[in-house]
Amino acid sequence: MTNNAIPQPASSLFSPLSEDVLNSAKLIEQANNWQEKYRQIMLLGKKLPNLADELRHECAQVKGCESQAWLYHCQIDGQHFYLADSDARIVKGLIGLLLVATQGRTSSEIAQFDIAVYFENLGLNGQLSPSRTNGLHALAQAIARYATETN
Amino acid sequence: MTDSQFDHQAIRSQFPALQQQLGDNPLCYLDTAATSQKPQCVIDAMNHYYRLDNANVHRAAHQLAARATLQYEQVRAQVQGFINAASTQQVIFTHGTTESINMVAHGLTDLFKAGDVILVDSAAHHANIVPWQALAQRTGAKVIPIPLDANGCLNLSAYDALLTQVPKLVALSHVTNAMGTINPVKAMVAKANNVGAMTLIDGAQAVAHLNVDVQAIDCDYYVFSGHKMYGPTGVGILYGKLDALEKLTPMLTGGEMIKTVSFEGTSYTELPNRLEAGTPAISAVIGLGAAITFLSELPQALIHQHEQQLIGYLQQQLSQLSDISVYGVTPNNDNIGAVAFNLADEHHQDVGILLDQQGVAIRGGHHCAMPLMQSLQIKGCCRASIGIYSNQQDVDRFIHALTEVKSILL
Repeated sequence: MTNNAIPQPASSLFSPLSEDVLNSAKLIEQANNWQEKYRQIMLLGKKLPNLADELRHECAQVKGCESQAWLYHCQIDGQHFYLADSDARIVKGLIGLLLVATQGRTSSEIAQFDIAVYFENLGLNGQLSPSRTNGLHALAQAIARYATETN
Repeated sequence: MTDSQFDHQAIRSQFPALQQQLGDNPLCYLDTAATSQKPQCVIDAMNHYYRLDNANVHRAAHQLAARATLQYEQVRAQVQGFINAASTQQVIFTHGTTESINMVAHGLTDLFKAGDVILVDSAAHHANIVPWQALAQRTGAKVIPIPLDANGCLNLSAYDALLTQVPKLVALSHVTNAMGTINPVKAMVAKANNVGAMTLIDGAQAVAHLNVDVQAIDCDYYVFSGHKMYGPTGVGILYGKLDALEKLTPMLTGGEMIKTVSFEGTSYTELPNRLEAGTPAISAVIGLGAAITFLSELPQALIHQHEQQLIGYLQQQLSQLSDISVYGVTPNNDNIGAVAFNLADEHHQDVGILLDQQGVAIRGGHHCAMPLMQSLQIKGCCRASIGIYSNQQDVDRFIHALTEVKSILL
């Protein structure tokens, strides 16, 4: 995965998610209709930082998305941190949900994390299928791969 | 709407996939341009073949093989009639439009040399662009795109100007897959013929909606797929004028296409078998035959009118929503089968995800037409496309769902 050609974001960008972001995940889980659920997903996406243009680099792109999505990884003191963005708002929110579950976790925590159960609990299991073009499946795989490769 | 002129529901009810619920919503299928749903008669024909007639074609002396071969060859005759080809020899079964175009581009390799010009429809599907680029790479020929006008239709005066470069081949879409715009292929082929260019027309998006007459169009090659005209996936057609097909070096060799084989030299058999190497998709061909029977038993003029009214209604309903951009609406509003649009500057994928939540199936993306998206200066768009089974309720549900999407995204 590591390639010298990929611009590397400043390590200060790799940080734990804010309380605000973590609360968003709860609001998504609690949403009582699909409209509200997707509104909250987009709000979550909005709370994540936007990648600067130079970081929206092809080398960091996760393939398998109809929209464009970029993912960076950094390991600090045994914890994995990710920086991700997408040009589609719902996709960005869905990535945010992946980060809520994995940001700042250890390799073994990420390895044990059952993403299917997680999305099912959020009422979003349909979005995770590899046959979807939202790329969530590919992003989840990339997150897991970073965590094992750098273990 | 004039559904009352004929029993449209009787047609729609023959498509089992359309009767399903997606969660809380009945399916609203507006992705026919990607692939059409299949009527029960097509499913039954394929089922019948596998249950009772399964045998390889053209080979054995036994009764099953005779039945399978007879059905297979009857479909060739059906396709001949369907597109008004002069003879069954001119109808080649392939696995789809993409393979058909590749067979032509590959088969003409020896006839191209450095500097030869290939004119390609800018709004074409990648399947009608990339094989020509590959041919150009092999031979040193060059691919020149025919530009689009402001409406997203081919710029015909630019085409006239490009013809002065005496192209060796002109590749066009009959109907564009992304926007449903129709090209005046008959007039364009006539002009190409005048400068001695070969012509290939991609009819994948046309055959389900228009009466196609390949002799009237007078093109060298006309290609299409079964699965977009209510038939199964895995079967397509390469039609060609006899001399145009004779020119093609077979892309695939072996199996049914040989006459004699020895290690001193092998000779190929006659058309159409020469271009049908290997065991064909027999069940799919038989399914295609059932689809043609299904279509030919319907009142063509009324169906065409129904589809045109429905597309007009779809365009009109979309135009009444604010923040919607529609692409490729021709001045005569004669788009076929599909409408391309975007919601403000929202990503087409977000729109697609939220429509899907409501049981509405559309396609979002570049529609395998990246050069077209580049000339429209967009990353992609949404496409709603209709078929013979679509009705006003589908459009109303789509518009209602899109209004809901607007309230969430904007």
